[in-house]
Amino acid sequence: MSVAWSWLRRNALLLYAAVAVAYMLLPIAVVGLFSFDRTRGGELDYTWSGFTLEYWRNAFADESVNDAMIVSLQLAGLSTLGSTILGTLMALALVRHQFRGRRLSNLLIVLPMATPEIVIGAALLSMFLVYGLQLGFQTLLIAHVMFSISFVVVVVRSRLIGFDRSLEDAAADLGARPLTTFRTITLPLLAPGIVAAGLLAFALSIDDFVISNFNSGTTETFPLYIFGVSLRGIPVQVNVLATMLFVVAVAGISLVLWQQRRAERMAEVRPEPPVGTQAAPVRPIRPGQPTAT
Amino acid sequence: MTSLRRRLVPYGLLGPGAIWLALFFVVPMYFMGEMALRSGTFDTGFTFAWEWSNFADSLDGREQQLIRSFIYAGTATLIALAIAYPLAYAIALRAGRWKLLLLFAVVAPFFTTYLIRTIAWKTILADASPAVDALQLLMLVPDDGRVLATSGAVIAGLTYNFLPFMILPIYASLERMDVRLIESAKDLYASSTQAFLRVTLPISMPGIVAGVLLTFIPSAGDYVNALLLGGTGQSMIGNVIQSLYLQQRNYPEAAALSFLMMVVILGVVIAYLRLAGTGAFMGDEDEAKT
Repeated sequence: MSVAWSWLRRNALLLYAAVAVAYMLLPIAVVGLFSFDRTRGGELDYTWSGFTLEYWRNAFADESVNDAMIVSLQLAGLSTLGSTILGTLMALALVRHQFRGRRLSNLLIVLPMATPEIVIGAALLSMFLVYGLQLGFQTLLIAHVMFSISFVVVVVRSRLIGFDRSLEDAAADLGARPLTTFRTITLPLLAPGIVAAGLLAFALSIDDFVISNFNSGTTETFPLYIFGVSLRGIPVQVNVLATMLFVVAVAGISLVLWQQRRAERMAEVRPEPPVGTQAAPVRPIRPGQPTAT
Repeated sequence: MTSLRRRLVPYGLLGPGAIWLALFFVVPMYFMGEMALRSGTFDTGFTFAWEWSNFADSLDGREQQLIRSFIYAGTATLIALAIAYPLAYAIALRAGRWKLLLLFAVVAPFFTTYLIRTIAWKTILADASPAVDALQLLMLVPDDGRVLATSGAVIAGLTYNFLPFMILPIYASLERMDVRLIESAKDLYASSTQAFLRVTLPISMPGIVAGVLLTFIPSAGDYVNALLLGGTGQSMIGNVIQSLYLQQRNYPEAAALSFLMMVVILGVVIAYLRLAGTGAFMGDEDEAKT
């Protein structure tokens, strides 16, 4: 009895973590489960009526669901490309350079993250209305790049701050030109940060509903499509595609994480630390410091 | 020449992104303010007329929704903090080899659309669903009561949807903490509680501050949860703005209300940052390290 009690006390926090995580994953499980639901009329009705593989077999049978998904993927792809490039350059400027107007630039980056989405959406719509701009894919792209940039800057910047600059110095000492150093040293070491930022930008774009709702015109992204049909009846294919997207994302992230670990191991010039101290931070190599442990 | 070039480099790097943000974040804010002062109707067009009464009109009869927004968002933020802190603590300091998996589970919801997650909650909380039956069994919900279309459902939805924004900053601040600090506190005869209150909690404060803001701000402006999980009596200020812009097409009044909401939220944020006294949200902490 007391053994069980002390075990419970020691692991209470981890047990709690397991419950909390289960809670966070519950809706995703429900989405996945209901993609196998045998419903009448092929529309979700929030009650379980039996198992079927029918909708997975006909995953792409509903044209309008497909179209919306394609728009979302195109939009997310382009917005990721744009915001990742712009954001990475900004992060480089902020971490690597001293210049006037730095506080102002910081403010410009933080404010969009601190503004409610509905205000961003409303403000953009106001501007597009005043200029009489046709709402559609272009206005969506403008908005998505805009709200993703700040998050890219934050992610890439945190990677840059922990950056070991001695490797760049070494390349320069060996006669590499600045651009060569950037291409062969800085960029590969920065890559995991950029990839993480890109993934986040992609997720933000594909997830966005509020800002898109204001600036889409008649263009329908996946979330906008779901919203449109949510009052009438949602085709089961929506759940199938959402589950697919989730599985692909999980696989993609696992791959990135694995790559990242490999890259970090390769960046460690020092020999592997002994087993048991793996969590120890990698110390940067400084001149004059013995390289062997 | 080289020194001039060197000095121009940061502006060249910063320029494109800064211009994008200026054109599509700052300038639109100006146009929202300008739109708020126009008068006219949708059919005849809106013209600029210093129409200050739009601001008063936009609030007229909507005090309820405004108050509700702040109460719902505040409650959701507090519940999220209570759920998130122990979880972030467990992941950062106790998880060991499970750490990456747990972190992954925390951000996993981001990869199913926000809207789909909320609709999933509608399924979970539907009348006579297993979850509602369980709540009724525990006497948390009356036998003939429902969960959907109540304030509770909207707050639960807000809490769930913005929870990762609370967990991640707290996790980041705890993760960076030097565990030896707790050990030394205990060496100096601090009890576990004292060590937590005097060492761990202050160190994680920047994370808490950032998490509270990142949860409160989107919650206060949200309208999806109220729309899908709430009933007619749960609409928030976001629902009003959405409907004014997209259904009633009364752009000036909609812009005025958005503007007021932004001002109020900015006020709350600034007051909160003064009180909490930290620049973590601005990234000052990271800045100091460079």
